[in-house]
Formats: sequence, C-alpha cells, structure tokens
Amino acid sequence: MRDTFIKRLCELAEEDPAIMLITGDLGFKVLDEFRDRFPKQFLNAGIAEQNMTGLATGLALEGYTVFTYSIANFTFMRCLEQIRNDAAYHDCNVNVVSVGGGFSYGSLGISHHATEDLTIMRSLPNVEVLAPCDNWETTELTTEMAKRPGVSYLRLDKSTAGETQRPGETFEYGKARVLREGSDVTLAGAGGIVGDVLKAADALAQEGISARVLSLHTVKPLDTDTLASACRETGGLITVEEHTIEGGLGGAVAEALFEQGVQPGFFHRVGLRAGFSSTVGSQQYLRSVYGLDANAIADAVRQRVERRKLRRAA
Amino acid sequence: MTDLESLAQRIRIHVLRMTSQGGSSHIGSAFSMVDIMAALYGRVLNVDPKNPRKANRDRFILSKGHAGAAVYATLAECGFFPVEWLKSHYQDGSYLSGHVSHKGIPGVEFSTGSLGHGLGVAAGMALAAKQKEESHRVVCLLSDGECDEGSNWEAILFAAHHKLDNLMAIIDYNKIQSLAPVQETLALEPFTDKWRSFGWSVVETDGHDFPQLTTALGSCHQQAGQPTVVIAHTTKGKGVSFMENSVLWHYRTARGDEFDAALRELQKAA
Repeated sequence: MRDTFIKRLCELAEEDPAIMLITGDLGFKVLDEFRDRFPKQFLNAGIAEQNMTGLATGLALEGYTVFTYSIANFTFMRCLEQIRNDAAYHDCNVNVVSVGGGFSYGSLGISHHATEDLTIMRSLPNVEVLAPCDNWETTELTTEMAKRPGVSYLRLDKSTAGETQRPGETFEYGKARVLREGSDVTLAGAGGIVGDVLKAADALAQEGISARVLSLHTVKPLDTDTLASACRETGGLITVEEHTIEGGLGGAVAEALFEQGVQPGFFHRVGLRAGFSSTVGSQQYLRSVYGLDANAIADAVRQRVERRKLRRAA
Repeated sequence: MTDLESLAQRIRIHVLRMTSQGGSSHIGSAFSMVDIMAALYGRVLNVDPKNPRKANRDRFILSKGHAGAAVYATLAECGFFPVEWLKSHYQDGSYLSGHVSHKGIPGVEFSTGSLGHGLGVAAGMALAAKQKEESHRVVCLLSDGECDEGSNWEAILFAAHHKLDNLMAIIDYNKIQSLAPVQETLALEPFTDKWRSFGWSVVETDGHDFPQLTTALGSCHQQAGQPTVVIAHTTKGKGVSFMENSVLWHYRTARGDEFDAALRELQKAA
C-alpha cells in the first residue's frame, strides 16, 4: 500500500506542481523517487511532527495541497492539536498519511501500534478518515484526497486484502464496496484486515454460511445506506478492525445504524479488547493472539448464526 | 502625541471596554503588545483594509491568541471592519472570541489560542512565499511564556535551516506569564543568545518606544538567509498604572471603580 501510495502521489505531483509531500524524517528508500523527481515539492521536516503539521497548514493556506507522512501514530497523535486547530479549523487541504495501521509494525512495540487512530481522527470535524484494504483502493483514495478540500487521514496497512477490484468495477468515494455477495451475515471491515475477512468468508462458504463482505474504505464519511440494506438483507452484522473496539469502525457503524432505526438480528465488533499489547509479533501473529484473524472472525460468525438458528427453531 | 501613540491609546481604550463588558481575561497581555500592533498596522505592514486578502499582503499571525482583543481592536481602528463590532467581543453569538479567530472577521489571518502553533504555520507561509518567489513578509507575534512550548523550537530550527529571511518573529517580552514571572517559571535568559545560536538574526527593542519599535519591526530581511526575531521588551499591563507589571492582571477583569480608574488614565494619556 505504501509503495502504491507513493507511486500515485508521483503521478499526481507530475500533473500538479502544487502538491507537496512532507515527511517527518521517515520513509528511507520509499520516498527517494518522489524526492528525486520533485525536489521542490518534497520536504523533510525532521523529527518534528508538530512543526511538520504547522508547515503543512501554512503551505496549504498559500495554495498548496500537502501530504504529511510518517509511520504509525507519529503523523497524527503527536501533532493532534495542530491537525485540529490549524489544518482542520482552517479548512486546509492537508492530508495526513500514516504508514503502518494497526499492528503493521507489531514487533516494534506499543509506541508503533496505531490502534486508536480511527476513533481519534473520526471525532475531529472537517477530517475524513480513509482505510483502504488493497492497492486499488489506495490509489483511488490518494487521488480523492488530493482533490477534496479539508483534512483527510489515510491509514495504510502493511498487509493487504489482495486485488479486490472486480472487472469493470469503478470506485466511488464514500460508498462501501461489496467484495462478496452473501445472504446469511454481513462482515464489514476496513484496512488490510479485510484479507482475513475474505478468508473467513471462504471458510464459512464451505460450511454453507453465505457471508456478504463489505470494504468500508471511508470510515468517515460512512456509507450508512449500504450497511443498512446489508443488515436488512442478511440479518446479522459483524464489523472487523485491527483497532480498539472503543469508538472505531464498529462504533461508527453502530452509531449510524442505531440512529437510523436499523437493528440487525445480531451485531458484534471484532477488534481489540485486551488493552495495550506487550506481546511481540508480526501483524498476522498479533491478529491471531488478539482474536482478529480469519479463524476468530469465522468463529464469531458461527456462534451467532448457530444461536439464530436455535432461536428460529424455537 | 504622534499618530501611532494616539492609535495605540485608542486600541487600549477599546481593549479595556471589550474585556470589561465581556468579562474576559488577558488585558495585561493585550496591553503589553498594543504598541507593537499599532506600529505594525499603523506603519510597518503592507496590508489593505479595503482588500484584506490581497495577494501580496504581509501576513500577520498572532500566536499568543489570548490577546485577541488587541488584534480585533487594531483591525477595527485601521478600518478592516466597523468599530461597532467590538461591542460584541466575548458576547453570546459573537464571532469575536476571547482567543483570536479568523472566521467572519476580515483581516485576521489565522486563529490561535493554544500556544506554540503560530510560528510553524508562519514558517510554512514563508516557505510558500519563497517557493513562489513572492516578496511579502510573514510576521508572527509570540509571548515570552509561550516560548516554553517545544513546538516553537521545532519551528525555530526549521526556519533557520531553510533560510527563511522573509519570516519575522516578534516576542512580546513582558517578563510575566500566567502564574509568576517568566524567569521564575522556566527561565528564558540568556534569551537573545538562544535565538542567535539557533541561527536567527536578533534585534532588541523597547516595545513601547515607537521610533525604536518601527525601526526594529521594519528589519525583516536585514540578514540575507536568516529569519529575524524582534525581542521587544515590554511592560505587562502597559498604560494603566495599577495593571503594570502585575501577575494579577493576566486574568483579572476591570469592573466598577477599577474600570473607571483605568479609563480615566487612558483617556488622560490620549
């Protein structure tokens, strides 16, 4: 996803000299092409994220379309107030890019686990929150971010869900993508973990459980309509995120549906419930430890579909 | 009395009325920088009240946003919007918040309130001007206590490294912060040495002496390749004897007899 983002940003920067990329001194090798091709549109702000975001705001106020880049929490949490008061309040086209959503940098420890970003960022006015599941969504969202006014937060994962674009499929910003049709349950995910969601759907299909899979690449704005009809048509909804369950994707979905009066037969959030992780491990390893992997997702579905069957039989 | 002195006194009287009617704080912080504002808007800055967003205007950011009343009063006195608007300061439904806000207010470049935000944004604006080969200046006014914020020092490093000689920081060095004198809170001295060692061109001035002040504030670009800081030695609460050099008047609002006494002093001086 990271390389795809940079590749698309290079294309955009070529077309538009007002596009600037500012890094907080991260992106070894990854940003070289951009830096070498567009030296006037590239800036290393040093290890100073507050100033990086201030600079981005100042540049945006003068007409630039700015992308700030760092890993995990550094790009938004250290400088959260600059994003809120400076970039967002002043309607600046500042695009905050975090490489390493969730446990992408699992083995580096909790400083590098971006597991509260969706909650924090979606609470800010004038900020849209994007979490692509694959390279195609990354490309399309990068284009949209540059085009759209205001602040966007892009969460890039190390893992991807593979190539999910169907032949002839066109991308629509703010619209959930139906990756798999299904009638027994809806699995709604965001980010690379959608790969585990698809694997779970495959396993369930073997057992005769038909799971609809949605990629909610824009966590904000949220596509409530597609979620509501999925709930009505499949009767049960499980959200999946590599993120705390407190106020993240599942929280956003629950708020939106409840307010609309949509009540799925069952609802469950697959996400982090265990607090900070002090376990060392790769992204996939930590998914399995914390019950976020394909097996855990499939289990969550099995339990609820079974209970529903029993209820219906009674 | 010179035109700048007279402008400054009018601004002070507005600020007194605004903070008193609204029941807001920070009159001491506003009074210490009123002469700086009068010099900037009365003489130094290239700005046009008829066209507040003109492309080649000098950009001014108040980073010590709590002294917003002084900015609103200055802009109103200089014709950016009607003086009448000032009556709504701090009132329900007003745009004129206690900390300076740009929404709906012609001439305010940037909203602040949390300290340590202005200089980084100003550096971004100065960098943009360099990239676009535009000749305007970017001026950012900070408080002394505000220099406790580490984000400023990030911006100070950056501006020197990138040779932003179109950027000017002004420090309203009134030596008193929220609870106590600056030197007893987190000592800034030797202050000028700090800026010099970070690669800035430093100008010290009396922040209430207009000939000195206008010369100092006009010194942006004085060293090619170096940003400039004007360290303006000021008096907190300047203009009202019982407010001067007093921690109390960082938060206190003048009411009743205190308001009358302050107004009398300011009107006498005007």
